[in-house]
Amino acid sequence: MAVSILASEPSDNIGMVGSMPGTSRTFREPAALFSLGFVLVVCASALLVPWLSPYMAGGLEEKRILEAPSWVHWMGTDGLGRDLLTRVCYGARVSMTVGLGTAIIALIIGTTYGLISGFKGGNLDNLMMRIVDIFYGLPDMLIFILLSLLLGRNIFGLLLALGLVSWVRFARIARGQVLQAKEFLFVEGARAMGASRRRIIWRHILPNILGPILVTLTFSIPSAILAESTLSFIGLGINDPYSTWGTSWGTLAQDGWRAMRTYPHVIFFPAGAIFLTILSFNTLGNALRDLLDVKGR
Amino acid sequence: MAAFLLKRFLHGVIVLWVVATLTFILLRLAPGGPFDRERRLPPEVMANIEAKFHLDESFFQQYLRYVAGMLRGDFGPSYKYLDRGVKEIIADSLPTSAILGGLAMAFALAISLPAGIIAAYYRDTAIDRFCMFFATLGISVPHFIIGALLIWVVALQLGWLQAGRWDQWSSAALPTITLGAAPAAYLAALLRSTLIETLGEDFIRTARAKGVAERAVLLKHALRHSLIPLLTVIGPLTAALLTGSFVVEYVFAIPGMGRFFITAVTDRDYPLIMGVTLVYTVILVCANLLVDLLYGCVDPRIRTE
Repeated sequence: MAVSILASEPSDNIGMVGSMPGTSRTFREPAALFSLGFVLVVCASALLVPWLSPYMAGGLEEKRILEAPSWVHWMGTDGLGRDLLTRVCYGARVSMTVGLGTAIIALIIGTTYGLISGFKGGNLDNLMMRIVDIFYGLPDMLIFILLSLLLGRNIFGLLLALGLVSWVRFARIARGQVLQAKEFLFVEGARAMGASRRRIIWRHILPNILGPILVTLTFSIPSAILAESTLSFIGLGINDPYSTWGTSWGTLAQDGWRAMRTYPHVIFFPAGAIFLTILSFNTLGNALRDLLDVKGR
Repeated sequence: MAAFLLKRFLHGVIVLWVVATLTFILLRLAPGGPFDRERRLPPEVMANIEAKFHLDESFFQQYLRYVAGMLRGDFGPSYKYLDRGVKEIIADSLPTSAILGGLAMAFALAISLPAGIIAAYYRDTAIDRFCMFFATLGISVPHFIIGALLIWVVALQLGWLQAGRWDQWSSAALPTITLGAAPAAYLAALLRSTLIETLGEDFIRTARAKGVAERAVLLKHALRHSLIPLLTVIGPLTAALLTGSFVVEYVFAIPGMGRFFITAVTDRDYPLIMGVTLVYTVILVCANLLVDLLYGCVDPRIRTE
């Protein structure tokens, strides 16, 4: 039976993308494979766009402004006559970097924090978890916005801001897993045999908690992509027009939003890319959770 | 129970203080100020402005002044709206946001309760899969995409409603759906999985063995037991609605607190940012206290702790 991750993790964020409780039977292999394929296609087009696209990222065509999709411009052109498909592919670079980067930063900070907290126990553990509780209770978006004021509205500032908020999820899971793993007989055995603390953590505990961490990682990527695109859409995210890394899907959607009444295609494609990517990662996360049989504790 | 609640209350006060302090430090550290202009103002004018808003005092003095004001319930002047204080802006916009949040919550419950029960009742059938497919969609679509789509279809193509107005009840329809969709999807999935989990418990087997009809087992025995886990999400649900309201109020041009927060950030109107952040934190702390209280009522073990 599918056991919900969230039933045991009551304060997981819901506004953000998260694991869906108990959908294991809804999605079977084909959906997961399709999602994986889509993610790979997005990554490939993000990497290869300079060679695949006949258009430059900033290539203006004054006579072809806001054109509807055609064989020449598959997704049409934007308000400055730039090819939208090329822009969406470059946007994929930013959005995917933010997603993966945030997840990895959060993974490193959170897992280390959780490992220390769970392994040391006692008062230190109490204090460390209090801090996590405070962070966990606050709306992520609020902290992102405040942090991005400090760190700047470019991709690195945003990456850091998102990473500095998202780690708490990893910390909680890592700590819970460590507390459980500490009770395992083989860990006790290793300790009895005089294994060092470092060796116990690296050789015995870490491999055992890898599954839940991996699942959390998969769900963190779409969370970050969603947060970044939302921030950029409301004009508080990436805004760095002089850099090739200054346009994310959220920024593109924001451009399209202004022209939506008459030129819906300009918002349709970036919005579709965001939606499908988030959906794919969520489906993958669900599949991975079932595969690794993670009970979310 | 009283001791427990007092402890939680003190915890809430500490959270509030931590948030206030961190936000204050963060905003003072942030580069750029509210009175920076393309053309530099004459130093005398700058000095006057700084004196008026006490920006010439030391960091610590400003902090003390702020905390003292906060304790009196005074959030200080807004840098941008010179005719109104932060308190007035919040008092004006909070009810709008609260109405929107309440409607979204009601919408989410109205959709998720039946959907979750139906999905659990018909689990592993096409009906279940249909419900859960929509739940996954609801969680994966960002607010701004739902909002834009609704505006485009309902307001622009069909012309049923007008978007970007906030003067009659019908103008709340689209924002409510936009804000409530994700919580609805989430709650439905959560309810379904807790129901299915509960159906495996011993007391359900006993009820079935007694010959209780399956429908009654689900609605009377299992549902009551499964509603308890739903209480735990009141806290995060409130957080989600608050966060969502930034975007929804932006997309639908609703004069709520979320939209003031966004413009305050763009304008670097620090007192307004601080004020709104604190109000959000108070709301969250209250929501969490409510959860503790409800828990105490539902689960006697907590009361005796």
